[in-house]
Amino acid sequence: MIGAATAGVPTLRPVADLLVVLPALNEEDSVGRVVDEVRRARPDADVLVIDDGSTDATAARARDAGARVMVLPFNLGVGGAMRAAYRYAHDRGYRYVVQVDADGQHDPADLRRLQERMSDTDVVVGARFAGIGEYEARGPRRWAMRLLAAVLSRLTSVPLTDPTSGFRMVNQRALSLFAVEFPEEYLGDTVEALVLAHRAGLRIGQVPVAMRERTTGQATQNVFRSSAYLLRVVAAIGLAVARRAPEIVSAPERHEVK
Amino acid sequence: MARLTIVTIVIAVVAFAFVFELLRRRRLREKYAVLWVVVAGLTVILSIFPSLLVRSAALIGVATPSNLLFLVSLLILFAVSLQLSGEVGELEEQSRRLAEQVGALQLRLEDLEAQATDTGGSDETRDTPG
Repeated sequence: MIGAATAGVPTLRPVADLLVVLPALNEEDSVGRVVDEVRRARPDADVLVIDDGSTDATAARARDAGARVMVLPFNLGVGGAMRAAYRYAHDRGYRYVVQVDADGQHDPADLRRLQERMSDTDVVVGARFAGIGEYEARGPRRWAMRLLAAVLSRLTSVPLTDPTSGFRMVNQRALSLFAVEFPEEYLGDTVEALVLAHRAGLRIGQVPVAMRERTTGQATQNVFRSSAYLLRVVAAIGLAVARRAPEIVSAPERHEVK
Repeated sequence: MARLTIVTIVIAVVAFAFVFELLRRRRLREKYAVLWVVVAGLTVILSIFPSLLVRSAALIGVATPSNLLFLVSLLILFAVSLQLSGEVGELEEQSRRLAEQVGALQLRLEDLEAQATDTGGSDETRDTPG
């Protein structure tokens, strides 16, 4: 069985250059519309929704809208969902992967601008504070974000104003790191991933994007929660720095000149 | 004194027998069992020869021998729970990896099923790595 596998296995259909990944947990109200928007903004890209253990009709809505859906058997969190997505994209040979929130806070129209930066960077973050749009945070949460931005800019020596943004695009080099090693703890998928990328020698960049009103759900602005957030931010950075630096095991090169 | 000795010996022997029974029924993995067998064995020895405890307490400089006992028990429990936390983390990581693979396999299965159904489909040939 195993020996004859390579000859008998049918080849899978070819993939696009860009994979748009939407990690979604119980987003049935918005996921269909977001998928639709993404597909209209980038008809050339593949759209993959990671259904992270939803108990509602998220997967069905996403399929109806024309996305492929990876259904995880239980909730892994954004980090776990993204690691699964990166792994998949890596195995299938996508050149670029971009993460977009399924709640509609990211504007698919910005995808082109993110991709333009990929010429000289490996990881591009769509930053919400960098001048476009209105995104306000107050109190401890604001301090936490300021602190985080300052520390991360220092650590990576790249000016980053919004390191917790989930709107980010990676290329194949970053993919080969994230497919194997992607932190799935709290803040791991955003903050620690950036530290990891930097320490692995990846080039990090930032593109200002507008953040739209969430169509569903609410950002937490409770003072106690924000303070807890601040503490976890500090812990996350500390751990990310203390851990050993990762290595990019194999960077698969597609020898094509575009 | 003699009565207390008998009680502690009985307790220690019962604990020892319990660990052994769990092992015999394969309810306990060997790697954890060794530790508990050693602990139970030490308890038996100490309850038979309480003077050992008194002397080692004096040696280390602990005024009340029972405090040495408590200290050692605490340290052992601390080490065990730390070890178990580590193992739980490892198990969680493994189940996460499995969940990710289940998701990937399901996608792949969908792909293959789709290809199997449109039999006369166009000749799409592009090898996928991995």
